[in-house]
Amino acid sequence: MYRYDHYDQAMVDSRVEEFRDQTRRRLEGMLSEDQFKPLRLQNGLYLQLHAYMLRVAIPYGTLSGAQMHALADIAGKYDRGYGHFTTRQNIQYNWIKLDEAPDLLADLARVEMHAIQTSGNCIRNISSDQYAGAIADEIIDPRPYAELLRQWSSFHPEFLALPRKFKIAVIASQTDRAAMKLHDIGIRMVRNDAGEIGAAFYVGGGMGRTPMIAPCIREFVPVDQLITYSEACLRVYNRYGRRDNKYKARIKILVHELGREKYTRQVEEEFAHLLTQGIEPPLAELKRIATFFADPPFETGLADDVDRSDPGFALWLDRNTLPHKQPGYAIAVISLKPVGGIPGDASVEQMHLMADLATRYSFDECRVTHAQNIVLPHVRKADLFAIWQQLEAAGLGAANLDTVEDIIACPGLDYCSLANARSIPVAQKISRRFSDTGKTAELGELKLKISGCINACGHHHAGHIGILGVDRKGTENYQLLLGGSEGDDTSLGKITGPGFDEDGIVDAVERATDVYLARRQEGERFLDTYRRVGIDAFKEAIYG
Amino acid sequence: MKILTGNDLKSGAVTWWTGYDWSIHVEDAVDVGDEADAIAAREEGARRVNAPCAIDAERDAKGGVRPVHIKDRIRALGPTVRPDLTLKPADPEAGNWVI
Ligand code: SF4
Repeated sequence: MYRYDHYDQAMVDSRVEEFRDQTRRRLEGMLSEDQFKPLRLQNGLYLQLHAYMLRVAIPYGTLSGAQMHALADIAGKYDRGYGHFTTRQNIQYNWIKLDEAPDLLADLARVEMHAIQTSGNCIRNISSDQYAGAIADEIIDPRPYAELLRQWSSFHPEFLALPRKFKIAVIASQTDRAAMKLHDIGIRMVRNDAGEIGAAFYVGGGMGRTPMIAPCIREFVPVDQLITYSEACLRVYNRYGRRDNKYKARIKILVHELGREKYTRQVEEEFAHLLTQGIEPPLAELKRIATFFADPPFETGLADDVDRSDPGFALWLDRNTLPHKQPGYAIAVISLKPVGGIPGDASVEQMHLMADLATRYSFDECRVTHAQNIVLPHVRKADLFAIWQQLEAAGLGAANLDTVEDIIACPGLDYCSLANARSIPVAQKISRRFSDTGKTAELGELKLKISGCINACGHHHAGHIGILGVDRKGTENYQLLLGGSEGDDTSLGKITGPGFDEDGIVDAVERATDVYLARRQEGERFLDTYRRVGIDAFKEAIYG
Repeated sequence: MKILTGNDLKSGAVTWWTGYDWSIHVEDAVDVGDEADAIAAREEGARRVNAPCAIDAERDAKGGVRPVHIKDRIRALGPTVRPDLTLKPADPEAGNWVI
């Protein structure tokens, strides 16, 4: 894992002290809320439905055991005993007191973490593949590149006041596990015919009010020009992105309005200019960063056999573990989606346990996924049973990864002041419904995503089944979308028709899954059947 | 009726204007008529409230104050999915008041 150097630590520490002073001045009346609000937002502190909410950045979702312990301690000391892991691989605390926020940030800084640039019109936390460095299908570990981008984008003076917020994802596999094409910039590390590493740039994707899939604007940027090309993409956006209309200010609108060719041409011109300016950090810096991401000291000669005699464990093994690049090891995913639970929430005790498991069994590392689960990336297969037993005992043993119970849900109207409708109760009812009817296993891979408003933090556009909460004359209403995907075959879901109330949407989801069960062909997932038979068959069943 | 709500500056807690002070209980809220802006400006200036705003409310069957919009009722009670964290953790009917 990357470790802060003297400069990183000094920057974060001084920011904490700066915010401490700003907070003091606010509490003493020397700053008005209008003056203070942008300052607190620059430090991730929102005012939400019930209290202040703090969003903490988890760079590319990676945490050490000590960091996870610190997040747990913060949940206990400053919040109400839990935290919420988000679709941006971050964590949010819902009940923060303003006068305690500086101490909280100081506690975070002690474990090399912060909440800077988790709000506002700047480059947000860089996200990545949660299986980076562990999965066999990657061409290289994407995290050093994500870290380089993190360092470039942190406090970048030119990009702290963009037209709108800006999200970047970096992956290095053919399989996209980070919704890369639905980011402002999606970067896929690739190898060219000469075997050299470079980056394919996808620019102008996003969800929200106007969902768009990012087109590829360049298939290969040499690795020693990665930052320069990123800078060019941002510069063109910063120059021409719309500031007159918040709803048209994201880069996706600029790319769409200019057209891919014109935007690309402008980026290339800017890129050519920037190449003469020598802004690229030396490759030695990338090499220095990469040393932090070297493989841990894997044991060799380990057996791949696992005793499957316990049926509960065997189910978890099949559902929640993935092959590791190293023989004798596995990737284990801890589901934060217990049946009827709150997607992404973890208690202090659960966070401490996950931290302990990471330290003891996974070379002191865990990851947050954009699907709001936690990964132990490097686990000896021989340890899986012991891990599962401890997870089971802590209510973390749900064997439901990528099933209809593994629902992404944003905080919705239970916590979020922008929401139109509650997301969590719908997720709870759906997971209970499918658990009760026993259909979860039969349905196989089915990605269901719920957002409480058009901002789409719950990625509803990209769900095989998506649900969007809307406000219909003051009451909660839910639209159903089908056919979205955020993988290699990224697609945007289509709205089926009129919305439903809370119970109605649960029924509608079940009816959609019944169509799949009735019409699927050998080996088809829900999404495959939907794409083959089309939306009408589903509409007919849903609306009768 | 119009009632005035905001957040406590220091704790962030949701508060309601009672006519002379701020309470965390919506049932203490009073009708501010067309005084909302004046009260909000005065109280915000004195840092007794943050982000004040007037909302619509009505009297419920028991004579209590009930915000018209569900968002404000959730603000008044707490998250419906964590009854233990609401202002009325022991009241099984509290959720019905919100919905
Ligand atoms: S999608 Fe809307 S309701 Fe959900 S967290 Fe985002 S802004 Fe809030």
